[in-house]
Amino acid sequence: MSLDAPARVVPVPREITTKPRRSDQIFRTVVTIGGMASLAILGLIALFLSIKGVHILVDEKLDFITGSTWEVTTDETGNIVQSTFGIGAMLVGTMLCAFIAILVGVPISVLSALYLTFYANGRIKKFLISVIDLMAAFPSLLFGFWGFFIFMSSAEYWAKLINKYLGFIPIFDVPTPIFERSPFIAGLVLAIMIIPIVTSISREIFDQTPLDRIQAAYALGATKLAMIRSVVIPFGRGGIIGGAMLGLGRAMGETVAVYTVLNVVYQINWQVLFGAGGNVASLILLKFGEATPYEVDALMAAGLILFALTLLVNAAADFLINRLGSKGR
Amino acid sequence: MSTVIPTPQKPWESTLFEKLENVMIILAAFGLAGASVRLTGLNGKLGFFISLFISLLVLNFGFHFMKRGSAAAKDSLLKVFTVMAIVLTLIPIVSIIATVVSKGYKGLHWGLLTKDMALASVNDPIAAGGLLHALLGTIIMVGGALIISFPIGVLTALYLTEIRGSLTRPIRFLVQAMSGVPSIVAGLFILSSLVYPVTNALSGLMGSLALTILMIPTIARTSEEMLLLISNELREAGVALGGTQWRTVAGVVLPAARSGLVTAIILGVARIIGETAPLLLVSGGGDSVNLNPAEGAMGSLPYYIWKAFLTGGTPEAFARAWGGMLVLLAFIFILFGLARYLSGRKVA
Repeated sequence: MSLDAPARVVPVPREITTKPRRSDQIFRTVVTIGGMASLAILGLIALFLSIKGVHILVDEKLDFITGSTWEVTTDETGNIVQSTFGIGAMLVGTMLCAFIAILVGVPISVLSALYLTFYANGRIKKFLISVIDLMAAFPSLLFGFWGFFIFMSSAEYWAKLINKYLGFIPIFDVPTPIFERSPFIAGLVLAIMIIPIVTSISREIFDQTPLDRIQAAYALGATKLAMIRSVVIPFGRGGIIGGAMLGLGRAMGETVAVYTVLNVVYQINWQVLFGAGGNVASLILLKFGEATPYEVDALMAAGLILFALTLLVNAAADFLINRLGSKGR
Repeated sequence: MSTVIPTPQKPWESTLFEKLENVMIILAAFGLAGASVRLTGLNGKLGFFISLFISLLVLNFGFHFMKRGSAAAKDSLLKVFTVMAIVLTLIPIVSIIATVVSKGYKGLHWGLLTKDMALASVNDPIAAGGLLHALLGTIIMVGGALIISFPIGVLTALYLTEIRGSLTRPIRFLVQAMSGVPSIVAGLFILSSLVYPVTNALSGLMGSLALTILMIPTIARTSEEMLLLISNELREAGVALGGTQWRTVAGVVLPAARSGLVTAIILGVARIIGETAPLLLVSGGGDSVNLNPAEGAMGSLPYYIWKAFLTGGTPEAFARAWGGMLVLLAFIFILFGLARYLSGRKVA
């Protein structure tokens, strides 16, 4: 028995807590702040466009949306005497082009997605998916100039055919036979641009169809058509509509492709085959070059409207894809 | 007693005879379409395509109706429709690539990489100028955008996958909404928030900032997908070894997702490299080499193409523009191939 046996040190038990450590607190704060960036940026966009543009909206009131004149009169010293800003014509043009794009692009995309999900397999499927993803990464500049130099002549011929055989329908009529650079052609180019996006969203939705329901349909003797009609489409309806809305948002905000293909004329034009039309985004690009500071403010207001519109469409798309998409029947 | 080893049967696969039948139907449809183009007023590519489509529909319907009844016949129609849709999707992409390559190669020469357009106008002979300024400008602006948007994008993705706070849903929506912001609005935003009130001058930095807005959502969403691929066992193992969340993320999750994050960078760069509208508004668009992003107009590949198309008009200007387009397309192909290669490899 030794005299100076060391006293046994009883370790104090570590305090058990769910409180994160200092380092974790810092980490969580930093990540949360970073995560808020998208909120901050969207807020700042709305804020700064409003600061610059809101006085135009106040001056013009509802006429800014419904009016269809864009005029600035200046005296000799360059002071603005009178100005009228209204983007009605451009809003109509934006909608027209975007709806043509949706009308043509979405059926093709959905059918392509069906092919990719239920018909293609193995290497062909992989190859096609990469090609379509690659196409989604093409810049709009490329689509615009391809549309102008290559696609235009074919599309003009189609427009003439439509006008010849369906010209009795008011929207296919033309005041003078100018078929080049029409909203119809711009809409087709936009359709080509949104097909890859809508296809890949639809494909993802179709991939989520529960396998047991597909197999149940087959076990009951359904053909592929019957299976798709009774299982895949009901399940994916919300997602498809959401994907179409995303395509719509993309088509509405497109600048360069529309600017190159479309003949931007400041008038409300419902006749899709006639070579005059517009788009809010291409208006901004067109007028920006020689705009006076006051006119730039009006362009900012137009940008604000465009921003709000695309935000709205995207919100609807998100709602449809996430809320309705996963619910199925 | 002899054992009988049954040969494997694959009753779901179409037999050689059935494949042959399909080929016959397609050939017959082509024949019919050709005949109708010859004999009737339908002519041109559109006429051929439409008559091919109709004859495919009719032949398939008739054949399967006789063979197996109306359900199978309708089923075969859907197949024709889907195949036609994918063909329609592929025609533009093939046409675009063929156009750019066939028109663009005329604009290529070695001087492209050593000269700028300071002394040459777009209508000069092609050998007179190059796109060095545009290449450098694009690299600087895209690089600048990357430096800002990569941390923000990854932090957003970490918030969505690791913190999973109460704001996860709204933030996921906001990122989605941000990816829908029209590119011209991004340009207008930089104009209204920085150019007019602060700097009063267009520069490469402003271009970078506008591109950042377009790049963040792509990086955030791709990184989120990549981080979701990291299995939870890995995170649990990190925590079980006594790591705090910070140590687990920094030491386990992020290294495991490294190739995924590189993919996110590449896809983000591919998204903005051809972006034109915001650069037309805020970058100034110079014609000579400018390495200082903070001052002076800076050229870029999209601006170079844009200018050559819109201000030129001579064959030289068009060749120059298509040449620039070919370079841009080559960049996108390379980036995309890299992304495929990286994401094809196993994550972690």
